[in-house]
Amino acid sequence: MRHIISILLENESGALSRVAGLFSARGYNIESLTVAPTDDVSLSRMTLVTRGSEEVIEQITKQLNKLIDVVKLVDLTEGPHIEREMLLTKVNATGEMREEVKRLVEIFRGRIIDVTDTTYTVEMTGDSQKLDAFIQAVKGAGILEVVRSGVSGIGRGPKALSLQ
Amino acid sequence: MAELTGAEIFVRSLADEGVEYVFGYPGGATLHIYDALYKQEKIKHILARHEQGATHAADGYARSTGKTGVVLVTSGPGATNAVTGIATAYMDSSPLVVFTGQVATSLIGDDAFQEVDSVGISRPCVKHNFLVKDVRDLAITIKKAFHIANSGRPGPVVVDIPKDVTAHKAEYFYPKTVSMRSYQPKVEGHPGQIRKAANLLLSAKRPMIYTGGGVILGEGSAELSELVRLLGCPCTNTLMGLGGYPGTDPLFVGMLGMHGTYEANMAMHDCDVLLAVGARFDDRVTGEVDKFCPHARIIHIDIDPSSIAKNVPVTIPIVGSVPDVLRELIRQVKESNKEADKAALEAWWDQINEWRKLSCLNYDRQSELIKPQFVVEKLYELTGGDAFVTSDVGQHQMWTAQFYKFDKPRRWINSGGLGTMGFGLPAAMGVQLAHPDALVACVTGEASIQMCIQELSTCKQYDLPIKVVNLNNRYMGMVRQWQEFFYDRRYSHSYMDALPDFMKLAESYGHVGMRIEQPADVEGALKEALAQKDRLVFMDFITDQTENVYPMIAAGKPHNEMELGPCASPPVDTDRELA
Repeated sequence: MRHIISILLENESGALSRVAGLFSARGYNIESLTVAPTDDVSLSRMTLVTRGSEEVIEQITKQLNKLIDVVKLVDLTEGPHIEREMLLTKVNATGEMREEVKRLVEIFRGRIIDVTDTTYTVEMTGDSQKLDAFIQAVKGAGILEVVRSGVSGIGRGPKALSLQ
Repeated sequence: MAELTGAEIFVRSLADEGVEYVFGYPGGATLHIYDALYKQEKIKHILARHEQGATHAADGYARSTGKTGVVLVTSGPGATNAVTGIATAYMDSSPLVVFTGQVATSLIGDDAFQEVDSVGISRPCVKHNFLVKDVRDLAITIKKAFHIANSGRPGPVVVDIPKDVTAHKAEYFYPKTVSMRSYQPKVEGHPGQIRKAANLLLSAKRPMIYTGGGVILGEGSAELSELVRLLGCPCTNTLMGLGGYPGTDPLFVGMLGMHGTYEANMAMHDCDVLLAVGARFDDRVTGEVDKFCPHARIIHIDIDPSSIAKNVPVTIPIVGSVPDVLRELIRQVKESNKEADKAALEAWWDQINEWRKLSCLNYDRQSELIKPQFVVEKLYELTGGDAFVTSDVGQHQMWTAQFYKFDKPRRWINSGGLGTMGFGLPAAMGVQLAHPDALVACVTGEASIQMCIQELSTCKQYDLPIKVVNLNNRYMGMVRQWQEFFYDRRYSHSYMDALPDFMKLAESYGHVGMRIEQPADVEGALKEALAQKDRLVFMDFITDQTENVYPMIAAGKPHNEMELGPCASPPVDTDRELA
């Protein structure tokens, strides 16, 4: 099963490598990982997407909690949540495909943020499946570059992952 | 307030932390610190002959006292040499604070002389580590390091200090306590879970208690003894847990696992309720995990949540410190209106006593060669079971665990998790320094002892009267045993050729050396050695090369498929119906 684990950790040098090192040392998978400081600069928020059986995910959350730099964490997939990922992609836009790509971007509610005679650069956010679908759809035009941010996630409702 | 240099802050911090000994080896990056150590008298520095030795010595000090062991090494090779010792401490949850010198902050990343990424190299084998980049953070970081190392599940903490930080100045303030928002270990267990555990234990027909190093680290031996006696059920210890429950008590069924007793392993296999306390279901203990305790519901008490349900699913998990949880469990058992099934317990003990009749540890007592078991048995008798005993890794370690009955915690000091050859002698140094009047024996083999033999020099410098019991079979015995059993007796590179004359070697280091070749001389030699209270005596026992450790569960086999030694009585009835 795919799980999205959201982590508040001390914004210290080396904190990221502790998390990454834990995953490689214990043979867990990381599908994607994003991290940046929060409004409180002493804290970073990390979103980590991983796969495993219930037992493996339980061990992953326990091992993460054991890291001294980890303040709090939540498995977002245990409850209702929102996930978003950003895509930047450069695609060929020549001949009849120039119009077709533009239409596809509109259908997927993306934006063209840079244009040349032969290419479009597209920005798009959504859940990972939507981005996958868009990439499939524009494949025919010829993709030059794909840049994905990895998943960020947040729980629905008033409950927050914060120090309080 | 006058400002102090980083080196002075370092020394003051250790003094304020109550540090008695620092085990170390100087080098370029730690010169300022060594200069500050020179100018004071509170902290005693023990100069090892290799950083691995220093780390094991600090570890031995920690394990035998419960206090945090302190190590000071230089950058680069100083730090990498210490890594084996750090990993050893990590696997056995031993509290250490290891200070590593580092090149100056301006040189970090330049591949400077004796530069290594100590924080990166040690990361997978420490509880936590720090790089101190600013002298103003030094004292508080040291405080945090000691706090983390010896609270919750203990473990080693590395503090990497660049040379310029030890020269820079700051005001000195060492806090009495420290609290960290990201680290608050849980001590008390959940009362609801403990109530469930009490009820399950009282409903058991074949209860079993299996305890590990957590009982010793958490200082829970008294509570464990009370609970075992209250329930009247059998108790077994892991290799790391020996001494957590008295080894001579009739309710103790011996060590369990790969080289555990027949009765302990069979009782594990047949029990219907298993209480695991401060143990981590290591593969050497469980054997084949899928066939582990097939009839049992399992209660697991541990201070580390990640130890629970890691290898084996558990019915009732309880996170908390061993003595706290056990006290509450004892209270709940006493106050419960449930009664234990006395008749079932009696039948359970009858069965266990049948298993005991096999005398699974028996060996050939008529042999004309010195049997290693005999040496350990005699050591046990002549020391009244009251010595501190360290060991290295291999056959001699298992024989010591089987034949030296530890009645008290913190007396049996060995590398269980990492299995580090070379641990025994330096660990014994730390034990002897912590307990100057106690008898400290190091049971070792001719292969292991050579991995840190240089520490005989340290023993001379600090007059450490350790009794080294070298069980010399001219083989890496455990490797040889596996080659005999599983590789058709192809003894590939396990023969110890070109051995030194250990007697002369010991003498050249300024110690007393002895060589013992006849069984009849064993007792006399041990007596003579033990009588030399102020000298290190190195006893080189030339033992039977073919002796194997029994019983044995081959890797991946379940508890009830044990291989018994040639001198055990054969099992009577293996096909039993369980009630």
